[in-house]
Amino acid sequence: MILDLEKFFAAERPLWAELDVMLLRLEEHQNQQPSLDEVKRLHYLHERAAAGLDRLATFANEPETRCYLESLVARGHAEIHEQRGLPHRLKLFEWFFMTFPQTFRRHVRFFWFAVAVTVAGCAFGGLALLFDPDSRHTTMAFGHDQLTPSERVKKEEQSQGARIDGRQAGFSSFLMTHNTRVSVSTLALGMTWGVGTIISLFYNGVILGAISVDYIQDGQGQFLAGWILPHGSIELPAILIAGQAGLLLGTTLLGRGSRIPLRTRLRAVSHDLMTLIFGVALLLIWAGLVEGFFSQYHEPVLPYAVKIVFGLVELGLLTAFLAKGGSGHMEAPGNPKS
Amino acid sequence: MEPSSVNNLRLRTPEGITFALPLAGPMTRLLAWMLDVIIVGAVSTLLSIAVALLGWMASDLAGALATIGFFLLQLGYPIATEWLWRGQTLGKRAFRLRVVDAHGLRLQFSQIAIRNLLRAVDILPGAYLVGGLACLFSRRAQRLGDFAANTVVIRAPRLAQPDLEQLLAGKFNSLRAHSHLCARLRQRVAPEEAALALSALLRRDELDPLARVELFRELATALRAKVEFPPESLDGLADEQYLRNVVDVLYRPKTAGL
Repeated sequence: MILDLEKFFAAERPLWAELDVMLLRLEEHQNQQPSLDEVKRLHYLHERAAAGLDRLATFANEPETRCYLESLVARGHAEIHEQRGLPHRLKLFEWFFMTFPQTFRRHVRFFWFAVAVTVAGCAFGGLALLFDPDSRHTTMAFGHDQLTPSERVKKEEQSQGARIDGRQAGFSSFLMTHNTRVSVSTLALGMTWGVGTIISLFYNGVILGAISVDYIQDGQGQFLAGWILPHGSIELPAILIAGQAGLLLGTTLLGRGSRIPLRTRLRAVSHDLMTLIFGVALLLIWAGLVEGFFSQYHEPVLPYAVKIVFGLVELGLLTAFLAKGGSGHMEAPGNPKS
Repeated sequence: MEPSSVNNLRLRTPEGITFALPLAGPMTRLLAWMLDVIIVGAVSTLLSIAVALLGWMASDLAGALATIGFFLLQLGYPIATEWLWRGQTLGKRAFRLRVVDAHGLRLQFSQIAIRNLLRAVDILPGAYLVGGLACLFSRRAQRLGDFAANTVVIRAPRLAQPDLEQLLAGKFNSLRAHSHLCARLRQRVAPEEAALALSALLRRDELDPLARVELFRELATALRAKVEFPPESLDGLADEQYLRNVVDVLYRPKTAGL
């Protein structure tokens, strides 16, 4: 049978136009739930367009109409068969204080693995400095190898914050963006089956371990704690959470022992990856502000005890937040636990 | 989902209908990306001028705004535009490309965020080498970010409403004077042959002149053998005109003879 194209077009074209308009409306107003009647009509029109496409493909290879119908059927398919949650207005408060800690806890084993890798890096960096003092030129970043800790402390205390005065905002914003870039890279390197993420975490640990041992060896442990803790108590866990996201991505790619297809596994974790990395970005905004406006002031401007207590309080609050945040609220269904 | 052909992602609906999404190639994507880079560069220049003006009053604040502004522009521009314009940045819009879900479902914000954040690894070691190679060797032309986010970039040409009227209607058809032969023609020509003739007519402007003449000659010869029309009906008819008349008879059976 050869299709009577003229009759076919005359009968179907108004329905295609109606489907087109309906799809446009749904695509433009994704937050609005269509009524039951609209859903029924959409389903009917989609089925009709799909049947038309099938008839056209079988009985008349007419490319323009076929492309047009394929486009309509594809758009209808996206609207009808989407089972994931509808996009909704971003509830930032609820997302940060509930969804983020819930997601963190759901994949907490990757966080502990990130901690272990970083601690191993710290040990390596510290031991390297103990056994080979010249390694400081390799393991210490940001010019820390140019001065001994005592010289740096003396210089910082004598400047009484003059070094940072008048440029706190610029320094803060640099730290926020730089640390966020590092975090995004740590996540993205998860695409190397997690190997890149592990190397990145280990390298961060090496720098941290080397600097810590250097200051402690030189008797400047109090300065170190007062300098690092106020911002580090947020910044370091944030980087570790970025590592957690990278490891989650890497493990999802590996899919050890899982029968679920790779694409389905990736689809299942994409929302969690996004939650973790955007949560990290918010934590790093706070860390950047503290580092720019607080951490760089030392005694006699700010007593070290105040800075250390401030850092410990932050760490306690962050721990409580990550451990308990959103625990009284139901988690979104379908999120896989790792 | 069915396996992708070289340039198409073929999807099958639960109703059993198959449709194809034409995949974008690496070169078009590169051009779209370059246009986006130029746009971001231009906006950055405007931002620099604004910051320089603000710097006269508060240099620290201006520096901070510049750092955050450039960062947000660089990272946020593709995420925001792809979300607002359903998978299109300005560059993609200009080159008629669109990011879509690899299963043909609705594109989610998390997918857009992941594919753009993972540019950090696609760009390694420079000039998008990893992403470009992945795109080149992937069956669905996906870079690593697309792979992780379950997205593909397709070509989204502007779709014209089908217009067969222009092709078939309003032209004198000498074959219609012999209705019994027309009926026989409809009986003897297989749907595949009819579809082939219709495709050839619809795509005739895309063919080289010599190939066009040769193709229509072969098709007309094959169709002439199906039913023999009186010579006066075919007098002065070129192969292409003959084919047009045959297609008119086959696909518009109830139209009154002109």
